Amino acid sequence: MAGNAWRSTVSHVMGAIKTRSPLPRTFSRGIQTVTLIPGDGIGPEISTAVMKIFEAAKAPIQWEERNVTAIKGPGGRWMIPPEAKESMNKNKIGLKGPLKTPIAAGHPSMNLLLRKTFDLYANVRPCVSIEGYKTPYTDVDLVTIRENTEGEYSGIEHLIVDGVVQSIKLITEEASRRIAKYAFEYARNNQRTSVTAVHKANIMRMSDGLFLRKCREVAENYKDVKFTEMYLDTVCLNMVQDPSHFDILVMPNLYGDILSDLCAGLIGGLGVTPSGNIGANGVAIFESVHGTAPDIAGKDLANPTALLLSAVMMLRHMGLHGHAKKIETACFDTIRDEKVLTKDLGGNAKCSEFTADICRRVQDMD
Amino acid sequence: MTSSQNVSETPPARADSTFKVTMVPGDGVGPELMTAVKEVFKAADVPVEFEEFHLSEVQNMASEEKLEEVLSSMKNNRVAIKGNILTCVMLLFDHKQYLQSYEAESSIKLDLFANVVHVNSLPGYSTRHNNLDLVIIREQTEGEYSSLEHESVSGVVACLKIITREKSRRIAKFAFDYATKKGRSKVTAVHKANIMKLGDGLFLQSCAEVAELYPKIKYESIIIDNCCMQLVQNPYQFDVLVMPNLYGNIIDNLAAGLVAEPVYRLRINCFEGARHPFAQAVGRNIANPTAMLLTASNMLRHLNLEYHSNMVSEAVKKVIKQGKVRTSDLGGYATSDEFTRAVISNLAI
Repeated sequence: MAGNAWRSTVSHVMGAIKTRSPLPRTFSRGIQTVTLIPGDGIGPEISTAVMKIFEAAKAPIQWEERNVTAIKGPGGRWMIPPEAKESMNKNKIGLKGPLKTPIAAGHPSMNLLLRKTFDLYANVRPCVSIEGYKTPYTDVDLVTIRENTEGEYSGIEHLIVDGVVQSIKLITEEASRRIAKYAFEYARNNQRTSVTAVHKANIMRMSDGLFLRKCREVAENYKDVKFTEMYLDTVCLNMVQDPSHFDILVMPNLYGDILSDLCAGLIGGLGVTPSGNIGANGVAIFESVHGTAPDIAGKDLANPTALLLSAVMMLRHMGLHGHAKKIETACFDTIRDEKVLTKDLGGNAKCSEFTADICRRVQDMD
Repeated sequence: MTSSQNVSETPPARADSTFKVTMVPGDGVGPELMTAVKEVFKAADVPVEFEEFHLSEVQNMASEEKLEEVLSSMKNNRVAIKGNILTCVMLLFDHKQYLQSYEAESSIKLDLFANVVHVNSLPGYSTRHNNLDLVIIREQTEGEYSSLEHESVSGVVACLKIITREKSRRIAKFAFDYATKKGRSKVTAVHKANIMKLGDGLFLQSCAEVAELYPKIKYESIIIDNCCMQLVQNPYQFDVLVMPNLYGNIIDNLAAGLVAEPVYRLRINCFEGARHPFAQAVGRNIANPTAMLLTASNMLRHLNLEYHSNMVSEAVKKVIKQGKVRTSDLGGYATSDEFTRAVISNLAI
């Protein structure tokens, strides 16, 4: 009995250390520097809110603000400014607000650029029902892990003849193995019980078949985590009937895009959903996935919950579980109380009031 | 029902005015559900004769010739009713000579280009979202399910998704015609054209072009991930949805889950019941025949047997509304047999 507890503690710690070893962390007990990208629209307001809350919680974080508007580098290729790139590579951890993609600006979407620059291969979205923000689905507690670099979004399209277009979906062994490994590591590090691979291998036999094969292979090395497979349509059907059945879902790009938004809808939308992107060299960028909301920008009406919960996810990733719990509890308590809520959550408080309430709760906890 | 290219409106009436319909029970609970349909039809004295075929990938009762036999029967009779033919996932590792499942192959060979799912909340059974009334129209012959895959380099598999203007226009026209016929007010095209600019862009463009020919029907478009989110938060904003193959598969199932019922669907002239073989229920007499019975009723309407069609669907709805006899998926304890018998006793003969 005690032996099991000791062993699981050891493996938990080992798991935690294992995922952090490739990163030359600049802290052990000191202040960690994090690159902050405020973004556009309501980005700056909610970033300020998060910084305030972190200060109130006395989290050992130091922020380094950077701008990532694309610039044209040598050779005519669009890239992010070198200061931003350098900062991210040094700090390894980033927090990003919403970025707007201007139409016809000539450069590709900023999110795509960031993804390519840092090889952000995994998109992780934990979806947990928020007590106090009522939706018809009350017992959601799952995580969607989406492969973010290939699949249907490779962007390879051709016009064969006029009126016939071909899009190519690419699935590779390497990417599939990598995402499966990440999913199982995540399961271990966060004490989750099962990983479900979502696919359409009955139709796309070779491509999704390859993805599934790799998942099965990786599952062999993680016997402590339960592995199941499910068709995409079955997952959708079951998800809207009873989401409590699901734990961790791992899948290729397109299905991930759809399912992660579906799950966000179950808990209340993009305004309250955190998200993290994990990259190849230990880089991790946590972000809010909602839009820039230009209509309420600068009016102190924005809801910082999504960015705040992403920042909490970031703290957990860095191992600062104590502070993470404190801030998360304060946030949920504020929402549950329903006294100070921003407009999108059903109240009419200002962003600053909402933030102040959370700060107060955090300070009271000490 | 507007039909695909080479099918007449009504199947030819027989001398003794019995209609011949091809029946493919499929796998899983398919056979049990088909039995329910046959029993109800017998009790209601429906002038339909079934030509049964057992097609199954899993049980090795499948082959090219068998499939051809079934398809020619379907072509002769013009109308078919089927359960789900389970796709054998083991085939993944053998790369059998045909990479397509029987489902996909039969769709393409019979040119069943439209899959229509009418999602309707059943009165008497409440779910998280009540009074739902959506129609989902899915293009079924191209898109992601064209089964064109190849391994160009070891470890790298490419799968082709084909979108053509012709088929996109055809499905869009079908959607608007359906909307007009059924008195619907809005058609929403679902796509991912912000990422797949050429492919889904072409689909979207075709829909927009067709929309101009139907000024009375409102036309909108929405991105697939946002659509899924909206469906779980506020499904009432949608009326008729039209989309390419893969998204259709997803949204069909999502919407079916919203009303907690594997809904009936019709693929031009081929009426299909629940898409999921529901393996755990096989032989245990617990499957819910509602979907299959409503599918069969729909089929009767298509055969212009309005009277019988209404009789069957009214009986089913009555049983559900009364709430006394319910199968386990709806929270009750009745067996499939009991449900079928309840429907038979409620037939207003």
